[in-house]
Amino acid sequence: MNLHEYQAKQILRSGNINTPRGIVAASAEAAASAASELGGEAWVVKAQIHAGGRGKAGGVKLVRSVHEVRAMAETLLGIPLVTNQNAPDGQPVNQVLVEETLPIARELYLSMLVDRETERVAIVASAAGGMDIEEVAHAMPEKVLTETCDPLLGVQDFQCRALAFALELKGEAYKDFCRLLPQLYRVFVANDLSLLEINPLVVTSDNRMLPLDCKMSVDDNALYRRKALSELRDDSQIDAKEAAANAANVNYVALSGNIGCMVNGAGLAMATMDLIQLEGGTPANFLDVGGGATPETVAQGFKIILLDPNVRAVLINIFGGIVRCDVIAEGIIQAVKEVGVKVPVIVRLEGTNAELGRKLLGESGLAIIAAESLTHAAKRAVEAAA
Amino acid sequence: MSILVNKNTKVICQGFTGKQGSFHSEQAIAYGTKMVGGVTPGKGGQTHLELPVFNTVRDAVRQTHAQATMIYVPAAFAADSILEAADAGIEVIVCITEGIPVLDMLNVKAALKANGAKLIGPNCPGIITSGECKIGIMPGVIHQKGKIGIVSRSGTLTYEAVHQTTQLGLGQSTCVGIGGDPIKGLDFIDCLQMFEADPQTEAVILVGEIGGNREEEAAEFIRSSMKKPVAAYIAGRTAPKGKRMGHAGAIIAGGAGTADAKIRALEAAGVVVAQSPAGLGQAVQAALAAR
Repeated sequence: MNLHEYQAKQILRSGNINTPRGIVAASAEAAASAASELGGEAWVVKAQIHAGGRGKAGGVKLVRSVHEVRAMAETLLGIPLVTNQNAPDGQPVNQVLVEETLPIARELYLSMLVDRETERVAIVASAAGGMDIEEVAHAMPEKVLTETCDPLLGVQDFQCRALAFALELKGEAYKDFCRLLPQLYRVFVANDLSLLEINPLVVTSDNRMLPLDCKMSVDDNALYRRKALSELRDDSQIDAKEAAANAANVNYVALSGNIGCMVNGAGLAMATMDLIQLEGGTPANFLDVGGGATPETVAQGFKIILLDPNVRAVLINIFGGIVRCDVIAEGIIQAVKEVGVKVPVIVRLEGTNAELGRKLLGESGLAIIAAESLTHAAKRAVEAAA
Repeated sequence: MSILVNKNTKVICQGFTGKQGSFHSEQAIAYGTKMVGGVTPGKGGQTHLELPVFNTVRDAVRQTHAQATMIYVPAAFAADSILEAADAGIEVIVCITEGIPVLDMLNVKAALKANGAKLIGPNCPGIITSGECKIGIMPGVIHQKGKIGIVSRSGTLTYEAVHQTTQLGLGQSTCVGIGGDPIKGLDFIDCLQMFEADPQTEAVILVGEIGGNREEEAAEFIRSSMKKPVAAYIAGRTAPKGKRMGHAGAIIAGGAGTADAKIRALEAAGVVVAQSPAGLGQAVQAALAAR
């Protein structure tokens, strides 16, 4: 689950980390009074969306009067912002963050993430701040510095020093950095983050260090023990169909094709998408109803798939293990009747009680095509959607 | 022969008296698995499914000499259950539970390095040695004793591979579902190494998916250290970048971990890669015939 910049900075502050002073606002009026309250002669108005690339997309602006703050907030609020990192129709801006400006001497990059290769939390730093780190890693791999933390020890002082020297930090900035890393590590662990990215981390002209931007993702698996964080969920930032799927506890990812898929198991669900493509079609979604699919989850799955107006056929692929295919067949029949499915439905059942399931589908009198094999099912779905 | 577990392996279940634990223990017993008891804290001394219940894994090991455990406890308590099993001297720990926080798994992995216990999973279907020992949620009926070893990151895709090898009369030696999480126990190479050394296994099926680079590492291992033929399937050719596809570990991050890169690496190592999951059986047959 992703957090907004203003939320991430609040979490940093609760970890005793200094951030630029700022106030979040949901209206142009509130933005103007935020600027007055902060004082000063210039402010940055930043659109709050769950995506990077905001600056280039016009979502971050430096302004020099309260009047301009109001105008900028008016321009940004309520309108989707499209960046080079989000979906083609963008994400709605429901808040802006109004911040004080800082005299910047240097821009660095710093992040912490769970590294699957070393099975540790990795700290990634670079002197090339403000740029996309993947581009830096590609163009100048020697500029990307990495330290990994033993989970039983956390980040060690020698690692902080090593990074600080490599980043050529001196004086107060060096000290700030060596204080900052253990603080960030504690924030990372205490909030069950899977990613904490500060880009840029700035050195001010008086040689102090501050996070100018901050991006955080929380491990979804840990939300049960981070109740306060789970309340920060913002469903306006994700696809409406994906939000509905989240609420129904179904794994769904929207794609751009026209064949809706419902499958049990994530691997088989991906394989089904691949097979549709191999047969010349395009999948409309990824949907895993889970290993323990029930008639209810099947019905939920149908409803979510049919929220997508592009869907011209639905392919259901179930390998019954513990789940019996006859139970799934009953769920499909019930759902098709209930939801009123108007597109062709192709069903492939295999495994426990597959014969019985196919028989039930055949006798239902509904327009359900029972496929004999995985390949056959994909072929029929592609034909039906063409 | 087989790998990791066989008909003599003494197995316990953690979360024994719960709904999942009870159901899958019954299934395991019906399959012929040598179940010797289970653990549910607070229910020690009771009998469940005609087997003794213990308060702690330590008690269970002392009384039954259990060597393997299957864990069906909820995600919030599963990491602790793995550590408890390792501490009690269990050799093979199978964790079926899905949804364990990733930072918990980092701690578990660090602790296991010092302990030496073998962990399978979490978020996996488990392990089965066909006709001998079933520890997990896979349907026993589709399995048949035979010569193909299977190692897979996906549950239902493993069933596809099993189903096809059974239909072709090849059968399976042992099938290991290593799970869909980014931080997990045994990985491809660990299993490939054991299959290479196992006399019953004549060929191996590897089922991978997008995310990480363990398939690429496996390809290098196959090229340098394996004589037995290998067939593979990689799921997720059509998966978009940056989106998590169901499994916590199935994500293409920063252009790395794509299906195409994995397929290229495996093919370069001489692995027969099936274009479709429906072709896994034929692929392993072709790999066997080529030797």
